[in-house]
Amino acid sequence: MQRIGDQIAEIITLHGGTRSEAQRRAVDLLDMVGVPQPATRARQFPHQFSGGMCQRAMIAMAMANRPQLLIADEPTTAVDVSVQAQLFDLLRTAKQDTGAAVLLITHDMGVVAENADRVCVMYAGRVVESGPVDDVFTQPAHPYTRALLNCVPRLDRDVDGALAAIPGGPPDPMAERRGCAFAPRCPQRQGRELCGSEIPVLLGMPTSPGKPQRTAACHFSTEPPVSMEPDEGAAPSRAGEVPPDDEPLLEVTQLVKRFAIRKGVLSRTVGEVHAVDDISFTIRRGETLGLVGESGCGKSTTSRLLLRLVEPTSGDIRIGSVEVATAGRRSLTAVRQRVQMVFQDPLASLNPRWSVGENAAEPLRLRGDVSRSERMARVHELFERVGLLPAHSGRLPHEFSGGQRQRVAIARALITDPELVLLDEPVSALDVSVQAQVLNLLADLKRERQLSYLFVSHDLSVVRHISDRVAVMYLGKIVEIGPKRTMFTAPRHPYTRALLASVPVPETGRARTGAPLQGEVPSPTDPPTGCRFRTRCPRAEDVCAEVEPPLNDVGGTAVACHFPVLEPWDQTIAGADRTGDTTMPSDANVMTTGGPRHAH
Amino acid sequence: MRTELLRRFLTDRWSVVALAFLLAMLLSSLLNGSLTGFEATATSSDTLIGPSPVHWLGSDELGRDSASRLMFGARSSLLVAAGSALAAALVGVPLGVLAGYFGRAVDAIAMRIIDVILAVPTVLVALVFIAALGPSTTNMIIAIASASAPQFARLARAGTLEIRERDFVLAERAMGAGHLTIMVRVVLPNILAPLIVQFVVTAAGAIVVAAGLSFLGLGIPPPEPTWGGMLQQAKAYMYQSPWYGIFPGVVLTLTVIALDRIGASLRRAMGSTQDLGRASASAPGRGAT
Repeated sequence: MQRIGDQIAEIITLHGGTRSEAQRRAVDLLDMVGVPQPATRARQFPHQFSGGMCQRAMIAMAMANRPQLLIADEPTTAVDVSVQAQLFDLLRTAKQDTGAAVLLITHDMGVVAENADRVCVMYAGRVVESGPVDDVFTQPAHPYTRALLNCVPRLDRDVDGALAAIPGGPPDPMAERRGCAFAPRCPQRQGRELCGSEIPVLLGMPTSPGKPQRTAACHFSTEPPVSMEPDEGAAPSRAGEVPPDDEPLLEVTQLVKRFAIRKGVLSRTVGEVHAVDDISFTIRRGETLGLVGESGCGKSTTSRLLLRLVEPTSGDIRIGSVEVATAGRRSLTAVRQRVQMVFQDPLASLNPRWSVGENAAEPLRLRGDVSRSERMARVHELFERVGLLPAHSGRLPHEFSGGQRQRVAIARALITDPELVLLDEPVSALDVSVQAQVLNLLADLKRERQLSYLFVSHDLSVVRHISDRVAVMYLGKIVEIGPKRTMFTAPRHPYTRALLASVPVPETGRARTGAPLQGEVPSPTDPPTGCRFRTRCPRAEDVCAEVEPPLNDVGGTAVACHFPVLEPWDQTIAGADRTGDTTMPSDANVMTTGGPRHAH
Repeated sequence: MRTELLRRFLTDRWSVVALAFLLAMLLSSLLNGSLTGFEATATSSDTLIGPSPVHWLGSDELGRDSASRLMFGARSSLLVAAGSALAAALVGVPLGVLAGYFGRAVDAIAMRIIDVILAVPTVLVALVFIAALGPSTTNMIIAIASASAPQFARLARAGTLEIRERDFVLAERAMGAGHLTIMVRVVLPNILAPLIVQFVVTAAGAIVVAAGLSFLGLGIPPPEPTWGGMLQQAKAYMYQSPWYGIFPGVVLTLTVIALDRIGASLRRAMGSTQDLGRASASAPGRGAT
């Protein structure tokens, strides 16, 4: 435990300089990285800093001795998109000020497209492709790069039908390797011997004069690209789906949850966290509602409230004909059979002492009217459906990869034939390549079984891909709710716009539409009066502080704003002030890996 | 995983030896006298002799065969050990799980009671019980169990507090499971490892306490042979026949060491299988933001 200022000063004094001088410079550095009240903040401890502020302090530390090379290893993986956008702006200015080169390590293709000059793609410990970002993104030479670019859902457009998921999973780093590591998952291979026997060398490729060199490690990089086959049995198109009927399956009315903050021996309530504050929404049969927002906005609490895993403070929840909020034990148990949940981290949500088969059969076992052999038969049937080998049902969860475990969790959620599945960040802990497989599976299952989903996620691209309607939450309130199409093409709430503008799109030569969010989310213990977004809103006026805006219908979506944005939203037009600014001007190299390295 | 556990346990040679020793002890205690040719309570004229071909470990002041008495004494020692550890677990574990699972008032009350019991040494608690209830095997088990139950409760509570917050417990609730089902089927199996180790440790401690109580004359009343009782009687003949007191002491020590060894080995075996499950659990995935 050391004060932030001292930590930065220590790095400065390591390379010479007096203590007091270093302290002064530490404060300057904090000011430079945009920490408000730097002199006060320098005397605080890391736990008093928010995630974004911590990362700013880390950047200040990294810049302290004017380095020539700055290595940023997944610098924004644990922060919200709005903070991510701010951090990259900061990194860009820091780089310009010091003239340092940046090595940016990330799994996010959007971040690469927006920030890097050159990119270097890695797979299973080897560089498979490198070159200028423009070239690599427009004409990827390695099949892995192509697959990686195609498998992520897009924020800026709808993907028709299934995502082009990369089959299988990353290779076992312990296994002995012969030939190209990507060969077992590669569409370009087409059964050729060479890929399985000889490791391809990183070879230079023709580039236009004056541009940095391009290389690729593929035996067949000069061939016309073979695209990834979509998953077998995948939907031809999402458009031709069964139209959701009009009867709402879930109806939430004025739902409120406040957590009391207790202190002292007598557990006096000293304050309240306004986790969910007066929200209402419906989900119809066969519909997917996406629930998005930054961390701490109350989206996970909302999903837990629906099954009364957290007791609501007030409000009504109706599922089918059951009033969940006031239901007795028996009807609550019945509701919990009809509505199932899938959690973010499948390893944490599966009982480590039970085999995956037992885990998946658990909801049926709890129902108590199905014999053991029938339960196992159902599990095997479902395992086959979700892409697991029924023969593996006796294994323990830790023997599986992240994607496989999430399939187990999905099988468990479906075993009682529920009507509604609550998905709480179901793909956030997965590799991008595996994420596409799971999203495809969810989409297929929904169509087959007429399921309704509540899809809670912080990832706007994923929500756009999977949802029919979308609700945006901010500090416990729904600020905008409406059909997907209008939400992503004509958002009305300034928050929605800013949130969308914060997401980097994996395409080069593009600028963000509008400005990303500034500042940080205020504390939910003491939310702003009136409109909660007003403290960060560019359109805020006096009335916003006094009157809380109700949800009003504006052109198809319901918006809680006194001054909804009516100007058209065109993502292809670059924001005027940011055009020349979107790529880092000097030399920034990027390494891309398929995802978090520990996910398997 | 269970076979994996066994394999890990068996890789420790000394714990295998310890287990074999305990099993041999258990077996010999069931064969009253048929191994040595003397019944445990049969007297003879060969009093207070040292080890000899007839009386392998010598005899006592009434000419009873020490080896037979030691073997027979194992019966009460092991019974008290297993009985009191089991009783302590049966009381302590449910209390701890309840306290940890429900928290708040339940937790506060249960834990204060336990703190009070923990503040008093085991032997003292046992003494009070025996003094009030009179000496017998059952009372000895009750006495030791009531003094050891708090440790089980503490361990169970600590484990429950950790497990309770995990997603799979929440998932179980979301599937419609009641609190009792969750505590018995989900929480308990996941906190079992430290409890099993505690079971073995408590058993070893119980043997020592039981011997101590017998030594003070508060144990199982004669003529039934006990190790502690033998030690007490041997005290009077320490100079005439030192062997009389040495053998019960050695057997007692070896038994406690064996149990301790098994406990340590179990702890290691279970610790590492848990790590196996947790290693991947703690791997940082991309967090929800």
